[in-house]
Amino acid sequence: MAETAASPTPAKTPADKDLAVRTSPAGVLRDAFAAGSLAGTVEISELPFLTMVGIRAAAGSDAAQRIAAVTGGLPARSGDVAGNGDTSVLWLGPAEFLVVAPTEAHESLGGSLIQSLRDALGSDAGQVVDLSANRTTFELTGPQARSVLEKGCSLDLHPRVFKAGTAYSTEIGNIPALLWKTGEESFRVFPRASFAEFLGRWLLDGMREYASPEVP
Amino acid sequence: MLLIPCPNCGPRDETEFHYGGQAHVAYPENPNELSDTEWSRYLFYRSNTKGTFAERWVHSTGCRQWFNMLRDTVSYDIQAIYPMGAPRPDRAGTTGAESGTASLAADSTTTGTAAPSTSGTSLSSTTAAPEGATK
Ligand SMILES: [Zn+2]
Repeated sequence: MAETAASPTPAKTPADKDLAVRTSPAGVLRDAFAAGSLAGTVEISELPFLTMVGIRAAAGSDAAQRIAAVTGGLPARSGDVAGNGDTSVLWLGPAEFLVVAPTEAHESLGGSLIQSLRDALGSDAGQVVDLSANRTTFELTGPQARSVLEKGCSLDLHPRVFKAGTAYSTEIGNIPALLWKTGEESFRVFPRASFAEFLGRWLLDGMREYASPEVP
Repeated sequence: MLLIPCPNCGPRDETEFHYGGQAHVAYPENPNELSDTEWSRYLFYRSNTKGTFAERWVHSTGCRQWFNMLRDTVSYDIQAIYPMGAPRPDRAGTTGAESGTASLAADSTTTGTAAPSTSGTSLSSTTAAPEGATK
């Protein structure tokens, strides 16, 4: 508290104070993630506070087209990811989508994305809901990332089936989660906040074996 | 574990789904006019079919959509997947009453039938008849 009074830097805005006190759902695992990550093999980290917006709009409707103009398209079928630049739209259902954007896109930080989506929907049937606090994001990368996920996900994660740039709503470690393959060896996993610590520890447990030499 | 072919997402493990009970149980057109017995029959009485059974499922951890399934309750063989509101595919043309479902479609109350449950047991007898007719 004393430092704010003595500091010559500009006074903190209310938003800055909010950022300082917020806690991410898997924040308690930050050290464990760092300790459990194996450079060049499999690494895990949390990407906290991404902006996420739930969209509901019937495919082909005027509202869907206006929303698509904001997001850079809406995905058409299971697995598809649409989007534009750093804004991505994941397919959740025939008329349900999740927009994922950087933290700065949130309106509490001056971003206009959510309001643009609300404006696009207008008074038509559908939903634009700020879901940024609903899920957190894990990033799992490295040549063994796929085999860690395969321990608890029944989807076929082989690259001939699961292509980079696709995302599915499924179960990982027996809990519901979204799995987005962002690159050949990188995945984003979106657990709900209440499952985040469980899934984080579950993934760490799945990574442990790669810290030891392979048993022939 | 069943491997259930979701019409939106493709084959997924059974654990991603929830069961919704017997399909084609239409909501009564005039619930207020039912006797307690009739109402309890609508609420609680379901056929206990041995063989092909029409039932509802929802892909809870996937696309969250409901659909109908024809499943053999003995072999667990999944014979058909079809949309909510559609008639049973194995009985096409047999009776108009089958179009009644618990669908949320706007016209579901007008196409519904107040007594679909009795027809749920008829399939096994009709399909079994040709096999047993050789005696
Ligand atoms: Zn599905």
